[in-house]
Amino acid sequence: MFTYFVRRILALIPTLLGVSIAVFLLLRLVPGDPARMAAGLDATEADLEFIRRDLGLDKSLPEQYLTWLNRALHGDMGRSTRTRNPVTYEIGLRLPATWQLTAVSITVAVVIGLVTGITAATRRNSLLDYGSMVAALLGICTPSFWLGLMLMLIFAVQLHWFPTSGRGDWRHLVLPGFTLGAGAAAIIARVTRSSLLEVLNQDYIRTAVAKGLHERAVIYRHALKNALIPVVTVVGLEFGYLLAGAVITETVFAYPGVGRLLVDSISYRDFPMVQGILLILASQFVLINLVVDLLYGWLDPRIHYGN
Amino acid sequence: MAISEAVETPIAARPRSLWRDAWTRLLRNRAAIFGGIIVLLIIAGGLAAPFITPYDPIKQNLRASLQPPSPTHLLGTDVHGRDIFSRILYGAAISLRIGFLGALLGGAIGVVLGLVSGFYGGAVDMIIMRLVDIQLAFPGLLLAIAIIAVIGPGLENVIIAVGIFSVPTFTRVVRGSVLSVKQQDFVTAARTVGAPNHRIMRLHLFPNILAPVLVLLTMRIATAILTAASLSFLGLGAQPPTPEWGAMLSDGRDYLVLAPHVATFPGLAILLAVLGFNLLGDGLRDALDPRMRI
Repeated sequence: MFTYFVRRILALIPTLLGVSIAVFLLLRLVPGDPARMAAGLDATEADLEFIRRDLGLDKSLPEQYLTWLNRALHGDMGRSTRTRNPVTYEIGLRLPATWQLTAVSITVAVVIGLVTGITAATRRNSLLDYGSMVAALLGICTPSFWLGLMLMLIFAVQLHWFPTSGRGDWRHLVLPGFTLGAGAAAIIARVTRSSLLEVLNQDYIRTAVAKGLHERAVIYRHALKNALIPVVTVVGLEFGYLLAGAVITETVFAYPGVGRLLVDSISYRDFPMVQGILLILASQFVLINLVVDLLYGWLDPRIHYGN
Repeated sequence: MAISEAVETPIAARPRSLWRDAWTRLLRNRAAIFGGIIVLLIIAGGLAAPFITPYDPIKQNLRASLQPPSPTHLLGTDVHGRDIFSRILYGAAISLRIGFLGALLGGAIGVVLGLVSGFYGGAVDMIIMRLVDIQLAFPGLLLAIAIIAVIGPGLENVIIAVGIFSVPTFTRVVRGSVLSVKQQDFVTAARTVGAPNHRIMRLHLFPNILAPVLVLLTMRIATAILTAASLSFLGLGAQPPTPEWGAMLSDGRDYLVLAPHVATFPGLAILLAVLGFNLLGDGLRDALDPRMRI
């Protein structure tokens, strides 16, 4: 088990290095002179020369990459060409907001997904089952930006229950949290249902029923524990996707997180900022996947890791 | 096959194949038929848009600005007085084009990479799979956004972004299928008689991985349409005045209080298109191989 942990963590290194190379090349692949982009239109030739040297553009590409990576690892990802503030500072300001939104939506997704999935599986082929699965299908197919606008229209514009946009107390998180979590809830509901149905067909469940255990006990004490193992994987994956999905939700609700910052930065061609955000979001996703993998092994003792 | 012909042919003599059996199963699947009908309607609407729409999708008519749905404007008008129904029909052609071309582009690259990776194994396999890992490290829409950041916004660039975005999924699925088909006797036989590698891949492996590729292609059209609409909504895809569904929705956001129909209908169109392709894809999967997991 321990060797597996170490191996799994070591396997991350090439992926993370690859991600950093991809993000580094981003700025170099963009047409135009990076120094000119960083300096702005009114820069003199001397300014450009200075910036070129500062960014290391006079060196070879691998050298530039190593310098860039070294700086990034020390928390220096350059300055935003828009605000002139350090990229890490700007991201640091916005990241807590995105984490908060993601935490709310994964909670919404897990609660709705599990309740719907368990209800559907235990009442298989009933109207409730069909209804839940149709709702889940619609949840997967609905564009989140449209869902967000519709929720805003009903609950903010017409009913005035929640504010339309911005960040503040918990009420600001309800509509964005639900918008972002709806798709994940649908997927969790589907996986929970099919996984629980599979487990309910097993012999030991039949034994539990045969020896006269109450249905509730069978489902919650025997079946659910095993059925939840695949659900954990999906929840972990969805958690990572939510961090990316936040880009859209934050734009809809004018919520000041990194996702909206990313979209704005692309529009302003603020590439150091784009690089920084992509690097942070991708690394987060990779690390979350690692945690899920390790958790999976811990939850399911049937999985043996060869040495 | 005509019904009368099917009835007259004795069952034992009827030619059976994977595709014929799958077709029969597909026709029995009500959800898939429903999805197929939606898809056909959207294709028909998109193709017929220039002939059946009563209004120009781009030309402005400011005197008819933000009108609610009525017999003259079935789904109302937007802020520039353009008929939303006409724009949605034209938008169908745009979304379908992005969906098909994006999925095909991703599918073509992904199939080649997956075939090579699964067939040769070893170092080639390792390099390709590492590249796939790196792409998959950018979750969901983020990969498409990163590509747009490099190549810039615009309708054509969205097709490229959506295509590249689909590559890792195809590569993984194809590689997995190749690994299992490769073990079978007919591949060994082909190799024994001295068939060159490209011939084995083309004539023996490719036809056998076509079923999962077809299923994935259908589902990826849905993803491509949704991704493209998302990019346009964020202002990174189709630019105004293009009647693209996501861009239309983004326009409608500013008039949510005044004229909620402007944002509502393009969203419903996206939902319907994604639903149609997903249902059809699910149906194809069940028909071709119920055990397939995509």
